[in-house]
Amino acid sequence: KLVAMEVTQLLLNAQSIDGTVRKHAEENLKLFQSQNLAGFLLSLAGELANDEKPVDSRKLAGLVLKNALDAKEQHRKYELVQRWLSLDMATKTQIRAFLLKTLSSPVPDVRSTASQVIAKVAGIELPQNQWPELVGSLLSNIHQLPAHVKQATLETLGYLCEEVSPDVVEQEHVNKILTAVVQGMNAAEGNNDVRLAATRALYMALGFAQANFNNDMERDYIMRVVCEATLSPEVKIRQAAFECLVSIASTYYEKLAHYMQDIFNITAKAVREDDESVALQAIEFWSSICDEEIDILEEYGGEFTGDSDVPCFYFTKQALPALVPLLLETLLKQEEDQDLDEGAWNIAMAGGTCLGLVARAVGDDIVPHVMPFIEEKISKPDWREREAATYAFGSILEGPSPDKLMTIVNAALTFMLNALTKDPSNHVKDTTAWTLGRIFEFLHGSTIETPIITQANCQQIITVLIQTMKDAPNVAEKACGALYFLAQGYEDIGPNSPLTPFFQEIIQSLLAVAHREDATESRLRTAAYEALNEVVRCSTDETSAMVLQLVPVIMLELHNTLEGEKLSSDEREKQNELQGLLCGCLQVIIQKLGSEPTKYVFMQHADQMMGLFLRVFGCKSATAHEEAMLAIGALAYAAGPDFAKYMPEFYKYLEMGLQNFEEYQVCAVTVGVIGDICRALEDKILPYCDGIMTQLLKDLSSNQLHRSVKPPIFSCFGDIALAIGENFEKYINYSMPMLQSAAELSAHASGADDEMTEYTNSLRNGILEAYSGIFQGFKNSPKTQLLIPYAPHILQFLDSIYMEKDMDEVVMKTAIGVLGDLADTLGSHVGGLIQQSVSSKEFLNECLSSDDHTIKEAAEWAKHAITRAISV
Amino acid sequence: MAPHDLRRPFKRRPISDQQKRRDLSLLRQSQHRSDAQQRARNLASSVISLQSSSSPDVDPETLSEPMPDVDTTGHESEASSFDIRQASSLRGPEARKWFASQLMLPEWMIDVPENLSRDWYVLARPAGKRCFVVSADGTTVSRLRNGSVLHHFPSALPGGARKKGVSGPAQSYSILDCIFHEADQTYYVIDMVCWRGYSLYECTAEFRFFWLQSKLDETGACGPPSFYHKFRFSVVPFYNCDQSGLHSAYTGSLPYVKDGLLFYNKHAHYHTGNTPLVLIWKDERCSQYVIDTDNNGQVPSQQHIVLELQDDGKIVTSDDPPVVVNCLNADFIKQSGLSPGSLVRFAIGDGGLNCVDGKFEKADLQYISVSNRARAFADSYSKIMFQYMARHSPLKAEDLASVISQENQQDKLPEVEMSD
Repeated sequence: KLVAMEVTQLLLNAQSIDGTVRKHAEENLKLFQSQNLAGFLLSLAGELANDEKPVDSRKLAGLVLKNALDAKEQHRKYELVQRWLSLDMATKTQIRAFLLKTLSSPVPDVRSTASQVIAKVAGIELPQNQWPELVGSLLSNIHQLPAHVKQATLETLGYLCEEVSPDVVEQEHVNKILTAVVQGMNAAEGNNDVRLAATRALYMALGFAQANFNNDMERDYIMRVVCEATLSPEVKIRQAAFECLVSIASTYYEKLAHYMQDIFNITAKAVREDDESVALQAIEFWSSICDEEIDILEEYGGEFTGDSDVPCFYFTKQALPALVPLLLETLLKQEEDQDLDEGAWNIAMAGGTCLGLVARAVGDDIVPHVMPFIEEKISKPDWREREAATYAFGSILEGPSPDKLMTIVNAALTFMLNALTKDPSNHVKDTTAWTLGRIFEFLHGSTIETPIITQANCQQIITVLIQTMKDAPNVAEKACGALYFLAQGYEDIGPNSPLTPFFQEIIQSLLAVAHREDATESRLRTAAYEALNEVVRCSTDETSAMVLQLVPVIMLELHNTLEGEKLSSDEREKQNELQGLLCGCLQVIIQKLGSEPTKYVFMQHADQMMGLFLRVFGCKSATAHEEAMLAIGALAYAAGPDFAKYMPEFYKYLEMGLQNFEEYQVCAVTVGVIGDICRALEDKILPYCDGIMTQLLKDLSSNQLHRSVKPPIFSCFGDIALAIGENFEKYINYSMPMLQSAAELSAHASGADDEMTEYTNSLRNGILEAYSGIFQGFKNSPKTQLLIPYAPHILQFLDSIYMEKDMDEVVMKTAIGVLGDLADTLGSHVGGLIQQSVSSKEFLNECLSSDDHTIKEAAEWAKHAITRAISV
Repeated sequence: MAPHDLRRPFKRRPISDQQKRRDLSLLRQSQHRSDAQQRARNLASSVISLQSSSSPDVDPETLSEPMPDVDTTGHESEASSFDIRQASSLRGPEARKWFASQLMLPEWMIDVPENLSRDWYVLARPAGKRCFVVSADGTTVSRLRNGSVLHHFPSALPGGARKKGVSGPAQSYSILDCIFHEADQTYYVIDMVCWRGYSLYECTAEFRFFWLQSKLDETGACGPPSFYHKFRFSVVPFYNCDQSGLHSAYTGSLPYVKDGLLFYNKHAHYHTGNTPLVLIWKDERCSQYVIDTDNNGQVPSQQHIVLELQDDGKIVTSDDPPVVVNCLNADFIKQSGLSPGSLVRFAIGDGGLNCVDGKFEKADLQYISVSNRARAFADSYSKIMFQYMARHSPLKAEDLASVISQENQQDKLPEVEMSD
């Protein structure tokens, strides 16, 4: 057994600059952990608590301890939790005591580490009703504590609130925590460290304060303390207090009416006078209010109908006359090169973003408040004024009605095109090109009555955009973006697109941009390919010959990226990114040309294209793999049964994709592509099904695979069954129990939150699609009887999801379809069972009278099938 | 605890093009899955089993029989089931036979049915080719009564064109019973058989006409031709068969050339093959083709009829059961190179026809030839009789009107008494 001294040395060695020493120490720590976990954790806690030990070894001890309690990956986290819970109580009690003791350490870093570890332990133990005395012991004599201990205690409470869910903490404890925290924030608290810790703790604890925010007195008190803290002389406290306000804006929107006047004054002062870190939070408060109101208004169609939970208080609208000038002022505080810096975020950017949200929240009303500013500054000699005016204009284009904006935009268009070619400022041009893009995004398209782009100006607009694509990378990127929306507006134009005369020139210009030496700056190359994709997507048959010519060009580019010279890791990363873009582009082209009348000519490239995609799988890049896989799915659909010839070579990559747990997007996309292939090959997929099914079943049983991939895997069972029919027989014994247990899980997983409900519904949909495919696949086969034993459970599943009343329309449609499929395939064998089910009565009737015609259609089908099943 | 990052997207689209590609792929996949499901389901739902389709010597009689009613009896035939889309892939004689058996064929009106004004609709039949229009999988195909393709075109019907955002889900298909009117290149819809994958075979004419009127227009199919919609569709106006309805249909001005009047019993389902619940009537005023023409388009001096030769030498109509018109002797059959199943053309001699209770007592037939190969059917009893009456003592428009007015008086009489 290691003695304490040795642990200290190991922990210090593990941070040594000498790699060998470090590696040796790390191995020993691992060995120690595996041989005696309880002893290992206990000595780490002892090290952390021991004020005589070096700070570095104590900090690392805390960190290792923390990592022994939590992990990012769900399955790993679960293992760690189980491991901790299985430790003997004596060890755990000792560790807890060490941790609490550490909170009194004079060393700030060590205290902070202990705070986090305590929260992790609490996160495991409180839901199990273990360590119930924790909150009590933290708060027992908080008023008598020395400032540094008080600070650490408050910080611990903050982390604790972040770590555990409100429902495992009793209201009595919540009240105590909030009281302690809010008192710590109070101006009467003389110690800034304590006050800062308390303010940050409140931010974490706000989610616990539901009951307290419902109580007028308690809420007034909390709000007063928070508002006072925004005026603290200490900048960090002001910033933390504004963070609390931001969080309150979204969590307790409906409780704010009473405080809005005060909050406006506080935020206005901060935006105008305070340090940027504080001003940004103050702006964010208004952005959050707008977010809330946009959501509310979207959900309830603009009017408070009385049946909404949260009414719109129109705070933004009321604040408009003062808020807009405040935001406009910020626009003049640009940084010189902010457009060249990907990570930049400053008050001008935040102000413009907020202005855009205000426009969405109030609509037409914003226009008169902004126009004078734009008119005054748009032609000023100072680039800051011109840019601010343009940015203001671009920001308010989403929200107000086209009617309100049309005249202004028409008047501004020529000015903008002129600025793009003539303005000396890169910054102004960047914002102007972006604004043009916004004009095309929101005011150009089939839904707009009077078009912005006409025969008279189309030529000029395109010429200017193409010219601008030769400007600096950041400006050119915005021009590509504008072209993207220009094309998108002609999405459903019909047979004759106004872009047709310029098509060739646009394509060539975009390819030229993609080939610029500086194309990797400012995302320029990506923007160029994205615009190219959209131009192709929205093209008409008139230009299909030109799209066809693009095929060998893009294929050649992809080929060139595969001719590997030795590349640096940075170069390789860029190469992979380019491969992803090119595969994406080919995918768009396949979807465009892969059907009649271009299909025949296009498919002559298929062999070569498939060859390239397969080589992309040889490179190590998840994005490129995903894009290639998606493109192959599209190709399979276009090729139909002919796709069979690619299967022998492609199969291993399919399998590889299904095994890619780490990059689960690749796995998800592969599952989808199997569906495409099933529909293309039908029973010719049979030889590959053993392998595919084995892998899919493994995926389902894995707890490493991201849960979002599981519903599509179930749907994929259905695709396979439908393709191979009764040959699915041999997988019945494996797939049915899996479906059954997933069904049980999803029937009653009535989620606490929307996200859970959404997932549950997607899982149900996958399971139901599997059942549909299996039933339809077995129809008219003598082996139908194999399915009869599963009928009671499936009907029960349908009944229970109906009873839960939380299914969405998609599930409703699939579910009622399954009822029909079951009746259709099993017929009179299940007539009695069906008649006993709720689904065949209430649920079916509900679907029959649905407004959604796809649900109604599926229900008619089910009714039909049931009538036949029970009439025999 | 560090301050929280509050950066928002700046001058960026909220959704990347990569995400868009991903979303579009998922959408495409789920649509195709749904299509595949729908196809599997349609195999049972709308669908007609083609009995003994594999045997080469199909008796035409079997084909003109109404198909077994799969929908309500639950007894699916052991023979392979076809839906209309599979049938679309049939070629040659098989296709002809299949399609020929799918249309509802009116009988000719040789006497006026009861309750004409209460139970029947009347409409002016457009002159032109009767056809089935099937829209599915992004294309539209029209097929004539003999199964041959008339047009293959994009249309605004559900699933009728390969176009984004067409109305309705891609998987659904629709079948319309139409007449293609050459002069204005318009498909005049006289009945709706399937709509968005939903079968209307089992619905009453009243419902089908209502559905037709309310649904067709929604799709934009009645709009002018465009790139994705090559031919205009139009609903034929139909009226309750009362005085004013009959008058409107008979004399009203319509955008198309009329070819007789069609009468639909409101309660009748869409019944494939001949049915007495739909009737056709013509006179010179509302049709150019009252009296049948010969192969050269001339009205022959004698009435021509086409009959089918049976195994036992009987020559019969296309009715179910067939009506025997006469019998040929074996020598004559051999000498003329006829075989059972042959369609044979005769002229009616001066001896004329004599019928009692729907049976021929006497028929003076003169053999002309074996009929044109394109023909799928013999003439029906009602057609022979209508043509015969048209040449001798036609059923006139006035007769129809007077039957209706008599019906009205019968209806009104008790009302008058009660109010007195």
